[in-house]
Amino acid sequence: MSEVQTGYVTEDGRQIGDVMLDLRAITLRFGGVEAIKNISFDIREGEIRAIIGPNGAGKSSMLNVISGFYVPQEGEVWFHGKKRPPVKPFQVARQGIARTFQNIALFEGMSVLDNIMTGRLNYTKSGMLAQAIWKGKAEREETENRERVERVIDFLEIQAIRKTPVGRLPYGLKKRVELARALAAEPKLLLLDEPMAGMNVEEKEDMSRFILDVNDEFGTTIALIEHDMGVVMDLSDRVVVMDYGKKIGDGTPDEVRNNQDVIDAYLGVAHDE
Amino acid sequence: MPADFYYGIEVVLNGLMAGVMYALVALGFVLIFKASGIFNFAQGVMALFAALTLVGIMEGQVPFAHLINATFGTEIHHFGWHVPALLAILLTVGVMVIFAWAVQRFLFRHLVGQEPIILFMATIGLAYFLEGVGDLMWGSNIKTLALGLPQGGARWIEDATAGLGGDDFYGFFIDKLDLVATLVAIVLVAGLIAFSQYTKHGRAMRAVADDHQAALSVGISLNFIWILVWSLAGFVALVAGVMWGAKSGVQFSLSLIALKALPVLMLGGFTSIPGAIVGGLIIGVGEKLFEFLVGPMVGGATENWFAYVLALLFLVFRPQGLFGEKIIERV
Repeated sequence: MSEVQTGYVTEDGRQIGDVMLDLRAITLRFGGVEAIKNISFDIREGEIRAIIGPNGAGKSSMLNVISGFYVPQEGEVWFHGKKRPPVKPFQVARQGIARTFQNIALFEGMSVLDNIMTGRLNYTKSGMLAQAIWKGKAEREETENRERVERVIDFLEIQAIRKTPVGRLPYGLKKRVELARALAAEPKLLLLDEPMAGMNVEEKEDMSRFILDVNDEFGTTIALIEHDMGVVMDLSDRVVVMDYGKKIGDGTPDEVRNNQDVIDAYLGVAHDE
Repeated sequence: MPADFYYGIEVVLNGLMAGVMYALVALGFVLIFKASGIFNFAQGVMALFAALTLVGIMEGQVPFAHLINATFGTEIHHFGWHVPALLAILLTVGVMVIFAWAVQRFLFRHLVGQEPIILFMATIGLAYFLEGVGDLMWGSNIKTLALGLPQGGARWIEDATAGLGGDDFYGFFIDKLDLVATLVAIVLVAGLIAFSQYTKHGRAMRAVADDHQAALSVGISLNFIWILVWSLAGFVALVAGVMWGAKSGVQFSLSLIALKALPVLMLGGFTSIPGAIVGGLIIGVGEKLFEFLVGPMVGGATENWFAYVLALLFLVFRPQGLFGEKIIERV
């Protein structure tokens, strides 16, 4: 059950706002397999919300439902207080929900700068002809787009690689470029699918810092999937725990940590003989 | 310098011109293959259809005249007006855009996620369907394209170069139409590159060509981009159809120029616009030079097969072509 008006204040004193995204009784099936079973939870404005769970729990499926890549068979998605009709992923992106992928989906043939500029496509309204001949409104737009992109590049400390083709970058930097592209779109809600998978400790620390800073500086609401429990507990305000497509826990990191179902799911449970 | 040397140069020049014509056809293939992974066998027929439509509109032909007359017992063939060339070209572009939309809406939207071979088969079906529609719409007689493009040898080049290779040498013979085609091709390619590098939709097009999932996640509609790409390919087909049509008349064998584009693509790579140009030029020059140098020894007519043999050699030694993306599978 989600109350609609009031937010809350986090331990570190940040004000969390109203419900931004509300998932109600989502069920997703692939043939006979139920990947998500009747799950409800919400994401509030300004929050960092984590989705955790063992492998195959349905976390990525959940993210794909939010970003429109999967259409659930049952349940409703409410965004900014309105019920969302079935939509295509590109329409979700245009509504202000940006995302990254578990296996990195970048435009490998383009430079870092061009990749990040694609995040601005929806802010480019002037017509083809105007752009081709580079005048007035088109020029102003291009300047605005460049400003935002430069800010994101500075922010994520990737100035040095801006002209490099993405295909040549190491894994950790690719992850960062993907985040940059998502941020360039000025999203209201940012979805991160395992932003730290495959990173070493140092890279994880960098990425954690970026996530906190994004939330702090841009006020972006963030939902993320992560396996590293230490990271999740440090970063997130509230945590949803999934196991075998079901929700087995939901609350602050402390609450979740002490939830018996969650402990069982992660450590295994001794069955009575 | 002996006259033979200058004949050689003339052969190379004519080869380059012929290559431009091949490249024009190959360009359409590259556009669609790059953006959607579909090898569009119908590209040649699209060129034919575009040329037929252009002639039909210019001459004020009634589309589907035979069908209408057979059904209603009427005797109409012409509207009785002539449409100016520029307006007719614009209208033809419009028809090609509608065609692009229809292809997407009624064919490829239903084949999303299918194997490449299935998509390829679909384009073969599309080719024959479109050929039939072209026939039904505009009739099957050979038409002349009277766009007022210059024809015949360029005298000034001949005069300027006459006597270079001695008294027997009359100067380079260069077809004016080939010169125009070269100019048009340069403008077309420059336009395409500017479009894909500097415009929003060009950027989106490159994004879709690179990664569908990522493109969706930044708010690009795949459907829209595919219609756009097919429209562009339709426009390129129109240009190719006009040039080839002006050269050899608008007739149904025009659709066979697609076969000439195949070796060009093998050489240049299926995914590279510069590759299509360079591939076309190499094939054009190669087959003319080969005919000039080796042809007399083997009884001539090498132009019929040279391009394909060259393509075969490329398939064996460099299957991705000169500019195509390397096929590397990382494990």
